[in-house]
Amino acid sequence: MPSVAAAASGLFNGFFEWFGSLGVFTWQVLKAAVTPPYEWRELIRQLDEVGSKSLPLVVMAGAAIGVIISLEARYSLSRFGAKSMFSSTLVYSVIQVMGPVLTGLVVSGRVGAGMGAELASMKVTEQIDAIEASAINPYRLLAATRILACILMLPLLTLATDACALMSGWVAQALVEPLSFHQFISSGFSGATFNAFLPPTFKTAVYGLIIGLIACFQGMRTSGGAAGVGRAATNSVVLGSLFLILADVVMVKFILVFFN
Amino acid sequence: MATAIDNAMKQRSAQQDDGVPFVAVENVHKTFGVHRVLNGVSLSVSRGEALAVLGRSGTGKSVLLRLIIGLEKPDTGSVCIHGQDIVGLALDRMGEIRKKMGYLFQHAALYDSLTVGGNVAFPMEHHRRDLSKAERDDRVKQLLAEVGMEGDIDKMPSDISGGMQKRVGLVRALALEPEILLLDEPTAGLDPISSAEFNELILKLQRERQMASIVVTHDLHSAKAIAGRLALLNEGNVVIEGTFSDLQQSDIGFVKEFLNQ
Repeated sequence: MPSVAAAASGLFNGFFEWFGSLGVFTWQVLKAAVTPPYEWRELIRQLDEVGSKSLPLVVMAGAAIGVIISLEARYSLSRFGAKSMFSSTLVYSVIQVMGPVLTGLVVSGRVGAGMGAELASMKVTEQIDAIEASAINPYRLLAATRILACILMLPLLTLATDACALMSGWVAQALVEPLSFHQFISSGFSGATFNAFLPPTFKTAVYGLIIGLIACFQGMRTSGGAAGVGRAATNSVVLGSLFLILADVVMVKFILVFFN
Repeated sequence: MATAIDNAMKQRSAQQDDGVPFVAVENVHKTFGVHRVLNGVSLSVSRGEALAVLGRSGTGKSVLLRLIIGLEKPDTGSVCIHGQDIVGLALDRMGEIRKKMGYLFQHAALYDSLTVGGNVAFPMEHHRRDLSKAERDDRVKQLLAEVGMEGDIDKMPSDISGGMQKRVGLVRALALEPEILLLDEPTAGLDPISSAEFNELILKLQRERQMASIVVTHDLHSAKAIAGRLALLNEGNVVIEGTFSDLQQSDIGFVKEFLNQ
């Protein structure tokens, strides 16, 4: 019984120690991000790393999910005699739900793992210490630039995912029965307001914050050689994806209350 | 390069010797978990002086160096750089002090995504924005020429040997013309001939730049060659401090054992 209590106590302490360290890390990054000198060149490199290099992946994932939703929607709506709702079902489900979450999870997998492993590898080989010893703030150079790149790029990547999903969804439908693109768009977006589409797209900036923050935190606090690098990469993806989905629950409720 | 070195030396000569040691470590304790690494260490280094910190592996020599450059914080005690206690300083304020210090890591810690030239240019790109790219490139070439590596400027760190990586790490540490050089096991992993060459190189650079230096090593030959004063660490404390002949004349059992290794 005492060993169970000790294990529970260890788990409890570890949980709060992790969140406490994350809080301190976030404060350090925030301080570094808002004070000069600004690392513009590294930020541009990270924008390319997060944005341009994730684009092919989110485009393919978006195209695939568009076809899947199109097939499922046509089948389900036909059963209930609501085929006329096809366009708006596809548009709303892609833009409000699937596009943002899919983009977040794809970027979390690619970028989160990459950042976590890269920073962890730099940590265990003392490269981060070397940066600090060279009088350069590693929170500014390594963490703030990566997190900011994720925040800025996630909404843009989400727009790309949405566009590809809608396009492929329309193509999948048009191959089965005639539906012009103009008809698809005008029917899909009829009665829609900016409030229906902007908040779900821009909430992905929060996903970006979560992905970047968790990956940088896991990478820069790692220890223990190659095993530590592997652990940091895995934890970056697992925790980043988990917190992203949990944050989505809160943000969906927030958007429903304040924007609809 | 000669101009840059001359300027640095003139500045140093112009500085008043106010009697304040450049580095002063006072009664420092450091514990990792239950393992006490440093147990009340006190040391000081003046401008232009070379101190070697000796000791067996795992006696906290590298930790001492990391405390001096602020990569670790002591549990108690103070670490002063030219009179300024650096314990608890904010990162950016600490950065200003670190610009006066060059640090050679035990495994060089070169940035593996940058070339040899990129590694040497890295500190200058961040702190010498007054230099044009051409001026910076010239300085990188001149620094690499000093260690005989001007032909390796475009190579990646993974394509050069461990000894060459250490030489690159050394010139990277010198890129900002520091007032003190901290060397963590500079000859570890090098063969005896390369070790002797590396020691010569460090001595030459110290003489040319009139820098203070702290060398952490378990290599007695290297310590003797590089530093005029030696401090021997054991069980987290300084057992003896003095010249090599002071150590030779000591009656302390551990000192005799260490010298006869």
